[in-house]
Amino acid sequence: MKAPSPTAARAGLINCHACGQLSRARELPPSHGAACPRCGASLHLRKPNSLARTWALAIAAAILYIPANTLPVMTVVSFGRGEPDTILSGVQTLIAGGMWPLALLVFFASITVPVVKLVGLVYLLLSVHLKSRWRPRDRTALYRLIELIGRWSMIDIFMISILVALVRLGSIATVDPGAGATSFAAVVVLTMLASESFDPRLVWDALEER
Amino acid sequence: MQVRERARCARCGALLYAHKPDSLERTLALAVTGLILFVLSNVYPLMTFELQGQSQQNVLITGVLQLYAQGMWALAVLVFGVSILAPLLKLAGLLYVLLPLKLGRRPWLLPLAFRALETLDRWAMLEVYMLGVLVAIVKLADIATIVPGVALYSFGALIVVMAAASAALDASVVWEHLEREA
Repeated sequence: MKAPSPTAARAGLINCHACGQLSRARELPPSHGAACPRCGASLHLRKPNSLARTWALAIAAAILYIPANTLPVMTVVSFGRGEPDTILSGVQTLIAGGMWPLALLVFFASITVPVVKLVGLVYLLLSVHLKSRWRPRDRTALYRLIELIGRWSMIDIFMISILVALVRLGSIATVDPGAGATSFAAVVVLTMLASESFDPRLVWDALEER
Repeated sequence: MQVRERARCARCGALLYAHKPDSLERTLALAVTGLILFVLSNVYPLMTFELQGQSQQNVLITGVLQLYAQGMWALAVLVFGVSILAPLLKLAGLLYVLLPLKLGRRPWLLPLAFRALETLDRWAMLEVYMLGVLVAIVKLADIATIVPGVALYSFGALIVVMAAASAALDASVVWEHLEREA
C-alpha cells in the first residue's frame, strides 16, 4: 500500500465546501458559526449531521419506492377505455411492442438506477458506521457513480409530462397522470438530496484512526 | 499550474482542479448563446401530434400546465423547476456573475450568487428531459404522426451549449476575484 498522503484535516486546515479555500482551524472561532474568510459560507470539517440526514432521506425514499412502483404512473384512455400503466408495465409494453433498446433504456433509468442508488447509499452508510477500512477508493467511486446516475431516473416523469401535454384528443385518446408518478418523482428527488448530504470523506476517516 | 494541467485528489482520484484558458470570455459567450436558444426553445412548438385528422401542438411549458390542470401540482412544480426555471437561472446567473467581472466590477452578493449557481447545476436536467421527449416520440410514433418543431432542435443545441458553458467555467477564477478585492 502507498504511504498515506498528507490531508488537510491532519494539517489543521478546513476546506470550504463552497469555494475550496483552506482555513486554519485554530485561527477560527471555536464552536459553530465559523465562516469562510473568502466567500462567507459556513465552515465544517465534514458536512454537519451527514449520516443522520442521509439515513432520513434514504429511508423516506425507500418507503415511497413502494407506491412509486405499485400505483399507476399514467392512464392511457382511448375511446372511453382506460389502461393504467405502472413503471414496470410501461417497460413491458415497450418490450411487447418490440422496442428493445428503448425498453432497456427505460428499465435502466427507472428501475435499475433507483435501486442502485438506494442500495448503494445504505451500503455506504453502513460501511461508515462499521468503520470499514475495506477498499475506500472503490467506495468513493461508488459514491461518485450514485451522484452521476441520480438525475437520469427522471426520464419517465418527463415522458409522462410530454404525453399528458400532447395526447389530448377528447374521446379518441387522452393520457392522465397517476399518483405513482408523484411518488416516483419524490423518490428521485429524495435520493438526490440523500447523496448530496452524504460526505464521502467519512469513508476515509476510518483509515485515519489507528 | 500550467496551461491545461489537472490536479487530482491523492486519495480518491477525484478531479480537484483543471486549468481552463480564457474561462471568463468563453463562458460568457456560451451563456449568451444559451439564453438565445432558451428563448427559441420556449417560444416555438416542440412537436405536433396528429391522429385521425386531429392534431395537437405543444410548447415546452404545456406539459407543466397540463399536469397542473389535472391536479398534479407537485409534479408540475418539479418539472417546471428542473426543465425551465433551473436552466434559465443558471444562464442568467452566469451572466450576472461573469459580465461585471469581465468589466472589472464586482457583482452584488457575488459569493451567494456563485454558490447558488453550483447548486443549480444538479437540478437543471435538460439532457434528461430531452431523452424523455425522445422516449415519448417513439412511443407515440406507432399510433400517430409526430412532426418535430423548431424548439426540438434549438433544445438539442441548448443542451450542448449549456454543457460547454459548464465545462468552460473555471470556478477558481471567480473565487480568486474575491481575494483580490478583499
